[in-house]
Amino acid sequence: MKKERQDMTRRDFIKTTGTGLAGAAVLASPFGPLAGRAFAEVAPPKLALEKNPVVKVLRWSVFIGTDKEYWEKNCRKWEKVTGGKVINEYISWEDVRPKAAMSAAVGGGPDIVLGWHDDPWLYPDKLLDVTDICTYLGKKYGGWEDVCVRYGSKDGKWIAVPMGGPGQEIVYRKSWLNEAGYDEFPKTNEEFIKCCKKLKEKGHPVGFALGHAVGDGNNWAHSWLWSWGAKTVNKDGSVAINSPETRNAMEGMKEIYSAMIPGCASWLDAHNNKAFLANQISVTNNGISIYYAAKKKFPDIAKDTYHSNFPIGPVGHPAELHLFNQAFIFKYSQVPNAAKHFLMFMLEKDQCAPWINAMEGYVTPGLKAYRKLPIWTADPKNTPYRDCIKNMLWNGYEGPIGPASAEVMAEYVVVDMFANYCARNVSMDKAIAQAEKAIARAYKK
Amino acid sequence: MESESIYDRPPGMRQRFSRALENPTVLGLLFVAPAELLLLVFLAYPFVLGIWLGFTDTIVGRQGHYIGWQNYIDLVNDTQFWLTAFNTFFYTVIAVILKAVLGIGLAVVLNRDFKAKGLVRAIVLLPWIIPTALSALCFWWLYDATFSGISWALVRLGIIDHYINFLGDPWNARWSLIAANVWRGVPFFTIGLLAGLQTISPDLYEAADIDGAGSWKKFRRITLPLLTPLLTVVTVFSTIWTFADFQLVWIITKGGPAGATHIFGTLSYERAMQGGHFGMGAAISNFMLPVLVICVLIAFMFLKKED
Repeated sequence: MKKERQDMTRRDFIKTTGTGLAGAAVLASPFGPLAGRAFAEVAPPKLALEKNPVVKVLRWSVFIGTDKEYWEKNCRKWEKVTGGKVINEYISWEDVRPKAAMSAAVGGGPDIVLGWHDDPWLYPDKLLDVTDICTYLGKKYGGWEDVCVRYGSKDGKWIAVPMGGPGQEIVYRKSWLNEAGYDEFPKTNEEFIKCCKKLKEKGHPVGFALGHAVGDGNNWAHSWLWSWGAKTVNKDGSVAINSPETRNAMEGMKEIYSAMIPGCASWLDAHNNKAFLANQISVTNNGISIYYAAKKKFPDIAKDTYHSNFPIGPVGHPAELHLFNQAFIFKYSQVPNAAKHFLMFMLEKDQCAPWINAMEGYVTPGLKAYRKLPIWTADPKNTPYRDCIKNMLWNGYEGPIGPASAEVMAEYVVVDMFANYCARNVSMDKAIAQAEKAIARAYKK
Repeated sequence: MESESIYDRPPGMRQRFSRALENPTVLGLLFVAPAELLLLVFLAYPFVLGIWLGFTDTIVGRQGHYIGWQNYIDLVNDTQFWLTAFNTFFYTVIAVILKAVLGIGLAVVLNRDFKAKGLVRAIVLLPWIIPTALSALCFWWLYDATFSGISWALVRLGIIDHYINFLGDPWNARWSLIAANVWRGVPFFTIGLLAGLQTISPDLYEAADIDGAGSWKKFRRITLPLLTPLLTVVTVFSTIWTFADFQLVWIITKGGPAGATHIFGTLSYERAMQGGHFGMGAAISNFMLPVLVICVLIAFMFLKKED
């Protein structure tokens, strides 16, 4: 009897106060500028939790250990607050899409999936409307970054909760940069190309994945393409790759390719990390994981490792692509309210801030208020990663997000276009024509 | 009133069933029914579904519609598809020939008497029993542009002065994949043919010795003809596996550089599972069917002959 009364009290409490604020008895976590801010002015949506809810979550395997540690800690906190249970299934990040697709197709499986890029747009009709929690979180935490709105909402309705992105920035060796005559990392494409060549002359080639590297290859190739003002498709989805801007991007890439270490055309995601840590390359694009690994195992390299945002091209503003992670709930879930409550709870300051801080900059959240977390300034080398999501465009820019944009990325159309021209000596016209055909095939469906 | 004999009564259900069981055809069908059911559910259904999907525009999370031959027309007009078709045939033909030649050679050597014969035979089998994913990862490292053990050794020996770009150049990448496949597949030929060699009567070789036949003549006139049926079956099986390969290529190159090493299996996976276009992915897989069916028919023919 006593237990039942306790449950009732807890449930009532959640109903009236909503989210994770319930569990947020003041913790001793350092929130930096966020500490003490009155976020509770916005009323959370009232979610009547199901009885003893068990929420199954499918998510990507952690890139760094503290991610899992704090994610699990927060899950246990949610369990304490709600009396529910969270079952996390961690799988390789590249396998999330096929597994989630299977769940969408058969109508069973995890309640929540932490998927990538266009995933929710492949089966939007099968997803629960999460407008209430996204609106609440947005209002409370300074709004969502633009790309989050683009990725998470469809026809004015939120279909997924943006969790943020393991961003990619330029990772470079400061001493070698100085040796090449630069005090700081170049800010424009033109200077960047020159710098890469000088580094190569000094015996420090650069390395960017032009192989089928899901993250590094796609992010690098798209960011470079967009920085020149080029794009795969127009707003209406018509093919736009065959343009003077694309040709400029191709020429620029070929010049950088001449400064690359041999073999980049075959690089998969792990190659640049290993080459950088083995002193083989001076510059690459990557998440903060290289620096993280260096701090643990190669302190000398870590001391000399710095980060910079991608250089700005003729387009005149940052135009980057990063991995983008969003959580979505399937309509078949037996615990829809608990699932929504769980996601809301996880993005509340008391849970999200320690989680992000613990990941040391690996994941950049999509809520603007979290730009002020101490992790972004505690080590100045982390700062470029703070702006990843702010500087990001969406996959398939500037066209619609959906199966076509997913297909173009999955087939490495942009990466292969550059690789064909730079590494396989295919003529520029032919390389662009091949890409054009593949993009047209994807978007005509 | 005449009493009705049981023989005059029309047979009841039970009797009819008993009589049916006496019919060997019916009984035989009943015996194989469980196996047939399993085959139907786990092989025939996915097989038919795969063919059907190839004629639809099914994408992940969306019910597809019948679109006739459109997927196949798109593929025929797709340069990546033709490159993939070329890669698949090139990879299969070269790898199977190399595996067969090396397999026969090794089998003949291992058929001789020497010390630690058993141990060597067991070692030869190792590449076959190591999980493919694991051996693929080893080759991925061996071919790494920066850390390749092969390049390192050759540089140290003074044979080359820079690291080989194994996987960054399309032709290097194709040959590298073939080498990995041959390494993995040779034991299947060796062990299979070794078993065949041991069934050849030594009397035949003794008679040939008396007639003054040399080693090459004995191999051509005795060994090869007697091994041919087995060699055919082993080759056909190896062709099927090589043609439908996936793991080695996916782990080592993911079809790169720039799609230059895609084979049917990897392209199908990329488009269906990663791109979400199940219809197109299934259509690519279906292109493998004719070749695989021919292989199966050849194997079936030879196995029947052997019986």
